[in-house]
Amino acid sequence: MTIPTRSADRGSPAGSAPSGHGGAIAELRNVRKHYGEVQALRGVDLQVHAGEVLALLGPNGAGKTTTVGLLLGLLKPTSGAVTLFGGDPESTAAKVRVGAMLQISGVPATLTPREHLDLFASYYPAPLPVARALELGSLTEVADRPYGKLSGGQKQRLHFALALVGNPDLLFLDEPTTGMDVTARRGFWEQVRAFIGSGRTVVLTTHYMEEADALADRIVVIDHGAIIAQGTPAQIKSRTAGRRIRCVTALDPAFIRDLPGVVSVEAGGAALEILAQAAEPVVLELLRRDPGLHDLEVGGAGLEDAFLALTGRSEP
Amino acid sequence: MSTSTPAAPAAPAAPVRRNLPRLYLLEAKYEFLKLWRLRAYSVSTLVFPLMFYVIFGSTFGRFSTQGIRVATYLLASYTAVGVINAAVFAFGSGVAAERGQGWMMLKRVSPMPVSAYFAAKTAMTMLFSALVLVILTVAAFVLQGVHVPVGSWLELLGVMVAGVIPFAVMGLMFGYGVGPNSAAAVLNLVNLPMAFASGLYIPIEQMPAFIQHIAPYLPAYHFAQLALAAIHARPLGSAVHHLIALAVFTAIFAVVAVRAYRRDEGRTYG
Repeated sequence: MTIPTRSADRGSPAGSAPSGHGGAIAELRNVRKHYGEVQALRGVDLQVHAGEVLALLGPNGAGKTTTVGLLLGLLKPTSGAVTLFGGDPESTAAKVRVGAMLQISGVPATLTPREHLDLFASYYPAPLPVARALELGSLTEVADRPYGKLSGGQKQRLHFALALVGNPDLLFLDEPTTGMDVTARRGFWEQVRAFIGSGRTVVLTTHYMEEADALADRIVVIDHGAIIAQGTPAQIKSRTAGRRIRCVTALDPAFIRDLPGVVSVEAGGAALEILAQAAEPVVLELLRRDPGLHDLEVGGAGLEDAFLALTGRSEP
Repeated sequence: MSTSTPAAPAAPAAPVRRNLPRLYLLEAKYEFLKLWRLRAYSVSTLVFPLMFYVIFGSTFGRFSTQGIRVATYLLASYTAVGVINAAVFAFGSGVAAERGQGWMMLKRVSPMPVSAYFAAKTAMTMLFSALVLVILTVAAFVLQGVHVPVGSWLELLGVMVAGVIPFAVMGLMFGYGVGPNSAAAVLNLVNLPMAFASGLYIPIEQMPAFIQHIAPYLPAYHFAQLALAAIHARPLGSAVHHLIALAVFTAIFAVVAVRAYRRDEGRTYG
């Protein structure tokens, strides 16, 4: 993915902002959350800076949704502190500045998108006009159709519009494109980009690397309830020092795997996919051993590869 | 929120400016539309009682029980059926379903005052209760010539509207207790026998003796007796007695509902 981040310098570098001041509009400080014996979060420090698009990336069960639940005041931390706009996440003062698209299965089926949005807008001091929210969710055509008769994608877009209608400063998107096909997912990203103007802050959870890469300024990788990496998408990808080499060669994959600097080797059709820390020495060695090597391509490793390198296992 | 370290300075407490009366009105409006369009709800609340009144009223209406005509008795008791259905389904399976699908979680995250949700549900259930009374009053007058003096009718209306409360709490108890998937089924299972054994379908004095012994242990019986007192039936027990019984039932339901809610918190949210 090569979609440029809109402004990579908006957020402070990870961890360097003073806690509770200035840029951080939402914060977890040394937060632990246990559900009985299960440790969902094990001492997480996280700051959300004004204006950034932050992706929480990790496999299912990593603690992403728990993090969002804590920031939204749905859950209380077992220990540690959670603040939202400098106050209690459960306060009305904080809630009027937040919109959330959560993993829900539905809203009452007999009301229409227009009615749902009209009601939700009334909860906020300065909401968007309902017509605008319908437009942002591409729902204008079905505005007066009962929710129960909408398609899956339309329902999902209403959940998105419900998150926007309060005109929030901070938007939470919890696994927003789960269950969408590729086309719908890309369309949804366009809608998110259309909404995030200047000054909007977004916290996105996803287990799609591509989604984090496409939307986020900063990625925080969570696994087993702890933050294992954070940085810009470019930094996360460079953490693997990863280059992907693709070529057709007569060499034995097992031999290539043992070359210095090679992380993994996979067969991809007739060609081999080699993940290496740096491309040049490996390519040099391959060409020296196999002059007949052809169809050589070298590219940056994707986030999937980064995730593999960071967690030692593949994306679920 | 637990704060083991000092919290960040609170945001300047700017008052949140919203049109609260409009918010409460919209919540009520959409609660009404939601229920009205839900066939299962409006039919079980408004149509079933009327249907039963037409059938049983024409069969037994001319007899008398507790010192009044059965046609008059059934006006009170079938309205009570409608009120109980309106309350237990709005607060039982309704709340359970809205929690189950995550709608409550979305509302909890929003700045909606929680009171708006419950106030709207209560008010609209009361409106449905008043509607069923109006419908049955007209039916009783047209079909059976039942004439209820205005004062008694207003008293009956008061009983019906207030009667929403114990059964709303009973609905919540089942909704929180058995969860979204089985709430409607369990409520149906409980509701019909309860109404029957409380003398709502057939006058209590016509029921077998053992049922007459069970009835005082059922909230619907006391509710029905209060309604019958409003239209001058010969009382079975004093009104104060029935009021206390209903209050005790409501308190027990509330305690169980709160416990079930707490047990479930963090799993279903809302």
